[in-house]
Amino acid sequence: MILLWMIVILMAGGILAWLSGRVNDLLPRWISLLAILANLAIAAWLWLSEPATAATKQGAWLVQLNMEWVPQWGIGFDLALDGLSLLMLLLTFLLGALAVLVSWNEIYTKVGFFHFNLLWVLAGITGVFLTMDLFLFYFFWEVMLIPMYFLIGIWGHENRIYAAFKFFIFTQASGLLMLLSILSLYFIHANNTGIYTFNYFELLGTSFSPAVGMWLMFGFLAAFLVKLPVVPFHSWLPDAHSQAPTAGSVILAGLLLKTGAYGLLRFVLPLFPDAAQEFAPWAMLLGVIGILYGALLAYSQTDLKRLVAYTSVSHMGFVILGVFAFNELALQGVVMQMITHGLSTGALFILAGFLYDRIHTRNIEKMGGFWATAPKMGVIALIFVMASLGLPGLGNFIAEFLTLIGSWQAHNWLTVFATIGIVLATAYSLRILKKVYYGHNITDHIIHDLTGREMLIMVPMVVALLWLGLYPQPVVDTAKPSIDEQLQAYTNVPEDRTISMEQPQSINQPTDSLSQLKTKGGAYGLK
Amino acid sequence: MENLIWLIPALPLLGATLLILFGLRLPRVLVPVIGAGSVGISAVLTILLGIQFLSDGAAMYEQQVWQWFSVAGLSPGISFHVDALTLVFIFVITFVGFLIHLYSAEFMAEDADYSRFFASMNLFVCAMLVLVMADNLVLLYLGWEGVGLCSFLLIGFWYRELANGYAARKAFIITRVGDTAMAFALFLLFQHFGTLNIQEILTQAPQTWSVGSQTAVLVALLLVGGAVGKSAQLPLQTWLPDAMAGPSPVSALIHAATMVTAGVYLISRMYVLFELAPTAQMVVAFIGAATLLIAGFTALTQNDLKRVLAYSTISQIGYMFLALGVGAWSAAVFHFMIHAFFKALLFLGAGAVIMALHHEHDMFKMGGLRHKMPVVFWTFLIGSASLAAVPLISAGFYSKDQILWLGLAGERGSVILYIAALLGAFVTSIYTFRMVFITFFGEEKTHISHMPGFWMKMPLVVLAILSVIGGFIELPHNFAHFTLFTNYLEPVLPVIVIDEGLSTIEWIFQIVAAVVALAGIYIAYLFYLKKPELVQNVENSRFAMAMHRFWYSGWGFDALYDAVFVQPYVYLSKLNRNDAIDLIYTGFANLTQWLNSLFARTQTGMLRTYMLGVLVGALLIVTISLLL
Repeated sequence: MILLWMIVILMAGGILAWLSGRVNDLLPRWISLLAILANLAIAAWLWLSEPATAATKQGAWLVQLNMEWVPQWGIGFDLALDGLSLLMLLLTFLLGALAVLVSWNEIYTKVGFFHFNLLWVLAGITGVFLTMDLFLFYFFWEVMLIPMYFLIGIWGHENRIYAAFKFFIFTQASGLLMLLSILSLYFIHANNTGIYTFNYFELLGTSFSPAVGMWLMFGFLAAFLVKLPVVPFHSWLPDAHSQAPTAGSVILAGLLLKTGAYGLLRFVLPLFPDAAQEFAPWAMLLGVIGILYGALLAYSQTDLKRLVAYTSVSHMGFVILGVFAFNELALQGVVMQMITHGLSTGALFILAGFLYDRIHTRNIEKMGGFWATAPKMGVIALIFVMASLGLPGLGNFIAEFLTLIGSWQAHNWLTVFATIGIVLATAYSLRILKKVYYGHNITDHIIHDLTGREMLIMVPMVVALLWLGLYPQPVVDTAKPSIDEQLQAYTNVPEDRTISMEQPQSINQPTDSLSQLKTKGGAYGLK
Repeated sequence: MENLIWLIPALPLLGATLLILFGLRLPRVLVPVIGAGSVGISAVLTILLGIQFLSDGAAMYEQQVWQWFSVAGLSPGISFHVDALTLVFIFVITFVGFLIHLYSAEFMAEDADYSRFFASMNLFVCAMLVLVMADNLVLLYLGWEGVGLCSFLLIGFWYRELANGYAARKAFIITRVGDTAMAFALFLLFQHFGTLNIQEILTQAPQTWSVGSQTAVLVALLLVGGAVGKSAQLPLQTWLPDAMAGPSPVSALIHAATMVTAGVYLISRMYVLFELAPTAQMVVAFIGAATLLIAGFTALTQNDLKRVLAYSTISQIGYMFLALGVGAWSAAVFHFMIHAFFKALLFLGAGAVIMALHHEHDMFKMGGLRHKMPVVFWTFLIGSASLAAVPLISAGFYSKDQILWLGLAGERGSVILYIAALLGAFVTSIYTFRMVFITFFGEEKTHISHMPGFWMKMPLVVLAILSVIGGFIELPHNFAHFTLFTNYLEPVLPVIVIDEGLSTIEWIFQIVAAVVALAGIYIAYLFYLKKPELVQNVENSRFAMAMHRFWYSGWGFDALYDAVFVQPYVYLSKLNRNDAIDLIYTGFANLTQWLNSLFARTQTGMLRTYMLGVLVGALLIVTISLLL
């Protein structure tokens, strides 16, 4: 029941916030904050009370809830929580709370409705992370979309309508392809077994011909790759991110993108193991292209939020690279990347919001020398810029390092190019720092330093990022059972995908050669 | 004592943390107390640890502070490994670091960002200590990147000047190119050994790979990639001269004494891999030889006092690489230590001069400082003597002579390397004394405004003493045969095998080296003190001036990289600023709109056009059906 409560609290809180918006502006803010904090507390309690390392009876699943919804069509209200969902929920509620705090001094029009949308997006995201019924999954997938459309379209910047439409069309069109796949899967399963059901666990064992599996997977991939986003389906993202209000950008970058990554892990990997393996080299290639292309574009942007948006494209490339490497190292890296990217990019958007608040522009050509009057902001920006370029000691390094060392086992050359992306990341990340904080202040504003409220937002993110960088083990342990579960279909494959210490060739034959090396690591080599 | 190892890097970290959190609110006097104090205590701990290490004869100390993470067999710890090699580096980092911190307390005293400076310096010391103390390559990588960050912060310390920001960024990006190569080495090592623990790799490698194995060569070359980035060797040397934009103590600590020698540490730490990869080792030697010459000739032409020293640093690290490349491990580490003493001294001396002359960097606007600043002059002279390897009385002579000798007589030495090193030594002594004569002799050109006080002079004197006596712990074997340093390092780094045939005539080579150094000094004296008209003669030759321009620009590497890498990338990025892929989607949207407007036009509301349409349509259908 506790899982249902989390969604209900958000939805009810949203309605309450909308209604209370008629009374005054402060009430919806407090209601939203409390609702999200309550959820955060629940999630934290779940995490602390049930250490994922202790093997539970239901395998990786910590909490489950099965209710009937539309039994005649086999639709159930099935929620389940494992380590992966739990981590995603913690991130959701943390960033959600920060989004409310960020909007505190930013949103003054239709405050009630704003918070309604905010909470409903979060409710949709929570649902996506929890649901174990594909129909319900699609439902929540749409619940995320519509309030987000309003958030961008109503409270966004100058070009908001265009951005909102673009966001909506991309997501909706790709979502419909996923619906098509879900329905096909539903009917194929019914054909095979006679049972009509949307239940994830039931559908897991569905058998189909390789060609059908490939097409079904593409349906799911359409939704997830657009959401992630993967080049060339990324072009909604810069517009949506740069036009959204700060809270919207934080939720988009921090959470909505992660639903794509989550979808890959939760649905694509276990449902279509054969198709996924066949597609893996291409998926990894897309990841590498995304890493390099996003970095190239980020470098020349002058709109600060757009710049950060393109860095997201680049960073999300690591996610797809890691997911299709099919080994524990890479997947741990991916999970870590989902969390740390949520924090670091969220923080960069928030900082962009703070700057917009002060000088009313996002153009970095008009900024400069802000360190002089805002040293605290400078230090915090420095930390997140360093996170973005993957400095060890911060969580993003763990994420990228694990992803790369994992994908190296699967494919050497693609990993080489992905790693070059880190050099490019250095270039665009330092550019932010240099343009905004170095040099002289050329605006007519004196940039005042972070206020108490602003520090309250930034400090937890800094602490979280440092903690993840220096002691990520709790997160690793929590995610491990889920990752093992997702990888189950891949561990029995004859080729050695997981790295092992006893590589027989390398020990018995000291005169190994480079050609051998390639075949050994590149189980999915692009032939 | 060995349980307190973690304190050595932790104290500077604590100092940095305190300064970051409370730096703006602390009274100014407390800032250097925390900044220098934390490093000072670390230095004391290091010395105590060293004493214990020497007296109890342990091979190494190890300490795990906590398990960093553990995923699928990759379980690096925040763990430290201290052995003889590490101790040399820790000693230099903390002790020289402490002296530089003391110097900075006065040097930076008027700067508004006093606490930011010390916070960054402390953070640097911590990261550098982690680098050399790490027991696994992931932690080493953390330190490796950490020093890069601090270097970035301190080069761009005076952030209001845009040029400083550029220099800082350049340094970070170029070293990152090398770091990426190193990351590949880590991936490969993990793939083959299932661990990134340094000692485990070093014991497993000889059992797994035979000498000359392709993978071993590849791994070693990738490590060299990391090393040349950090140590500013060919082809990634271009960032270091620009890094001089930072305050002088930063140049002394980071860009002379410690960080830039990280590559030397990495290679000597992983020497087993290099012994398995003779090709890679040869590459190291030739990189060293080429770098020391290129940088030496460049230093000859520079006007900026700090840039001379920067190129000189690149060149001296070239010597260390050469030594590593011929397997003279302990000679490389010995030269590292001596170089740290005298180069830190020279940078600090240069800082005192520059400060005295209103931040004037141009040597040709200095002059005549010999009498005005006697302490600075004499210590600078001692440092220069060491750099130029003045025979017998300077520490640099003993360390450099050893490299020259082993470059020829070592088992992997060769005549080419020896000649390069000898030519380099000649150039070194010319540019060193060119710098000394121009700066301190002749007539005074700029008025002195600020005389260094006690806290600036004291480190100069201490370092000057070390630059003389440091050499006496390792003497050539035909000359007292006193090899304290090599013996000390022997448990960690193997002793080089010497060509017996040559060792009987070693004295000839020593005399040659001594003559070359002295000849260089004489030439500098001739050109810059005795007969300045000689310089005029050279300037009249067009060929010489073309050479001069070429050397002055650092052999055109900056222009080359700019044209090959930077400009195309920036051009491509700017060209595609609006994202060509988006055009597909906007094109699609526009097409839809255009079709919409096209068909909308047909809805005119006029009956006759509709009738016309029906007629034309009917005619068309009839015609088509008739034709078919």
